[in-house]
Amino acid sequence: MTDRRDVTRATHSSHTDGDVPVVALRGITKRFPNVLANDSVDLDLLPGEVHALLGENGAGKSTLMKILYGFYRGDSGSIIVDGEEVRIGSPSDARKLRIGMVFQTFTLIPAMTVAENIALYLPDLPALLDSRWIAEQIDVLGKQYHLEVDPTLPVRDTSIGDQQKIEVLKLLVGQARILIFDEATRVLAPHEIEGLFEIFEMLKKDGYAIVFITHKMREVLACADRITVMKQGRVSGTIEREAATEEALVELMFGGSVPDEVSKGGAQAPGDSILELRGVSTHAEGMGVGLRDVNLAIRAGEIVGVAGVSGNGQRELGDVVLGLLPCVRGRRRILGSDATSWSAGRIRASGVGFVPEDPLGLGVVPWMTLAQNAALGDVEAYSRHGGLSIDWEHVRRDIAASFDELSFEPLEAWVPVRTFSGGQLQRAVLSRELGRHPRLFVASYPTRGLDVRSAIAARRVLTELRDRGGGVLLISEDLDELCRLSDRLLVLREGKIVGEFLPCDIDRHRIGHLMTDSGGADA
Amino acid sequence: MRRAWAAVVRVLKKRWAIAGARYAMILAIALIAYGVVLLLAGKDPIRAYADTFSFALGTRYGFSEVLVRMIPLLLTAVAVALPSRLGLINVGGEGQLYMGAWLATWGAITFTSLPQAVFIPVLIVMGFVGGGCWAAIAGFLRARGWVNETITTLLMNYVAPLLVGFSVYGMWRSREVGSAAFPQTVAFPSAARLPQFFGTRVHLGLILGLVALLAFWFVMERTKWGLKMRAIGGNPEAAKRLGIRLGLYIVVVMFIAGGIAGLAGMAEVSALHGRLRAGFSPGYGFMGFLISWLAGGSPLGILMMSFVLAVVFSGGTLLQITQGVPFAAINVLMAIILFVVLAKPRLVWSALRRKS
Repeated sequence: MTDRRDVTRATHSSHTDGDVPVVALRGITKRFPNVLANDSVDLDLLPGEVHALLGENGAGKSTLMKILYGFYRGDSGSIIVDGEEVRIGSPSDARKLRIGMVFQTFTLIPAMTVAENIALYLPDLPALLDSRWIAEQIDVLGKQYHLEVDPTLPVRDTSIGDQQKIEVLKLLVGQARILIFDEATRVLAPHEIEGLFEIFEMLKKDGYAIVFITHKMREVLACADRITVMKQGRVSGTIEREAATEEALVELMFGGSVPDEVSKGGAQAPGDSILELRGVSTHAEGMGVGLRDVNLAIRAGEIVGVAGVSGNGQRELGDVVLGLLPCVRGRRRILGSDATSWSAGRIRASGVGFVPEDPLGLGVVPWMTLAQNAALGDVEAYSRHGGLSIDWEHVRRDIAASFDELSFEPLEAWVPVRTFSGGQLQRAVLSRELGRHPRLFVASYPTRGLDVRSAIAARRVLTELRDRGGGVLLISEDLDELCRLSDRLLVLREGKIVGEFLPCDIDRHRIGHLMTDSGGADA
Repeated sequence: MRRAWAAVVRVLKKRWAIAGARYAMILAIALIAYGVVLLLAGKDPIRAYADTFSFALGTRYGFSEVLVRMIPLLLTAVAVALPSRLGLINVGGEGQLYMGAWLATWGAITFTSLPQAVFIPVLIVMGFVGGGCWAAIAGFLRARGWVNETITTLLMNYVAPLLVGFSVYGMWRSREVGSAAFPQTVAFPSAARLPQFFGTRVHLGLILGLVALLAFWFVMERTKWGLKMRAIGGNPEAAKRLGIRLGLYIVVVMFIAGGIAGLAGMAEVSALHGRLRAGFSPGYGFMGFLISWLAGGSPLGILMMSFVLAVVFSGGTLLQITQGVPFAAINVLMAIILFVVLAKPRLVWSALRRKS
């Protein structure tokens, strides 16, 4: 018990070692069935630094850190902690070496209190919980690093920002001195991200070593001391913050050939009404929230963006437009007709396409081939003899034509789509949906989990659709993307639309505060 | 030695070989385990198996009886396999079989004066509708999102035989001299008896079964409805988003599946018994479930497994006569097979593959 009390002092002493790495990874190699995830990777982590791991999705950043955390075991290579080679076979080994990790999706149990969640994580939990000691630790560390949370509150009653703090506290109370953050900013609003970076700043002064995994350049430049760029399982370079410019990082990430990013189309005169929601409310289903009195209109040649923290009704909004959720109140009009009582099939047939937030889980049948999935997009059109057979040749031609039209690299049509990478899968869904030339397109997180190149391709496709006179509902959590593409931007919180912006007066901070209902929002 | 091993593994890697070897292994394990049970009961298992197989496969009469047994197994297995493609678990083959028989019986004893050419199609429709409506109840409750179909179909298995019992003990009970002592209906008119072939008890049900199996394969693999159904089974969320009407498909597919099981019940009472009796099925519906599962829902597998289990089943009857093994002992064998299936011998294969 006593040794636990001087957490902070222990970290101070390691700080004095100066430039001796606390962790050195040497020649780490990890092969998964079809991919070499890490190819003899070397990495040094110094005490008192924020070390950013930057790279496209699938570059091997997470794999490398999961090996350090004992989640995976490397095929070869060695891990040296404090100058000694160690074997990390499991996360509990890693915790004993005082290495902690915050995952992309939080690992908190909503029904339990903050203190209980933190207690659960501690390695040598006594049979009798000393909740006072834990509360004390939370209080002391919370004050020290501006991580104040009420330890007696159930986690489900805390905000996303607080949950991030709890995750950090968990590691600190558990005496970690090497903290790994895997895409930790994904669910945070802009001001919460800044708060996290301030916490980083304080932690590193006390000698903690922080690894920050991300694919966002802006965040890297805002918080990192050193930046290691990974590309296809290898380290393509490590640079100091002073030497890091956006160009240099891009060069390392892509080897020079950066794909062109889309530019916003000129403002066009708004065309016919494509979609109109008038006072639409829905029931809350399961863990989600219901929509409350949502008014929304999309005209031809317009991209309407919807910003918000995940779980504030985005999924319900998409579902209501696609006809998967009934409107409890209000009207839904599509292409000028009252579609309030239309079925999902009728709405789809009227010229509505979609790309879901989770293409594998919601957009395709994973074990079916690309051709079968494409045929499912419009079964009636491919049916022959009243449905007794399917014209697979026609399906194949349409796939080829659609890939060609979108200038995507073609994919193998006869293999199950679950073998595709995230980007390939996204292209498969996009080509199926856009091949039908929809008038209204519902894009939910269309670039989530995509590498930069695929994300750019997906954005380009959306603007092309807009320029051809389609209407796009773009739901995203990436504010950069929303600001770049949207002709109008709505903010959704707890199922209500709480703000509307035109591209000229988008203020990130105000949007961030509206998203989280925090101070500074004077809407 | 190593090279021989590698050769064995190479052959096993072929998909059909794996499937075949899997069935063979399941049966071998089950037969060995059952042999132990026989041994403990003081019987000679080798003798018992020799008797069974020489009777079932070596004699014309024995073989025809195997085919007779196979008919309800084949039909109820299809009734399980079809909804399983949509991710629905239909455990209610037994109840659906009873209800098919029940409605067909009502038809048979009501429209007594129809000619056979009309009567047989009427019975087929009755059997289909009886089982189909029974299963559609479960389908409807599932489609509305109220109750899981596994629970409802399972529980309705207990209701259907009671309904049949209620009818044959009550309103439909035969008043014929001599047969009134048994809980059964009057004999069907001869025009309401399904035709039998080759001077054996093999009846029209076999053709119905094979047609059902073929239609099941064709619809699933070739048609647009099959594509949609497989999409529902593969990913209902995606299917919903693609505008496929899940609820409609669930109800209709449950109706058709129940109807197919109902045909089995209709064929049993109409072709074999000629009247409806309480408790006429020795658990065909449950065995159909077992077969569909053993076969992994594949049509060819269903054909093979229903034949094999029919052999085992008629062996049970034989052993009862020749060796004094109670017929119920066959349930022990069925249970052992089920355990082996659940234990997933696939694990063994994956271990083999890793070794290579």
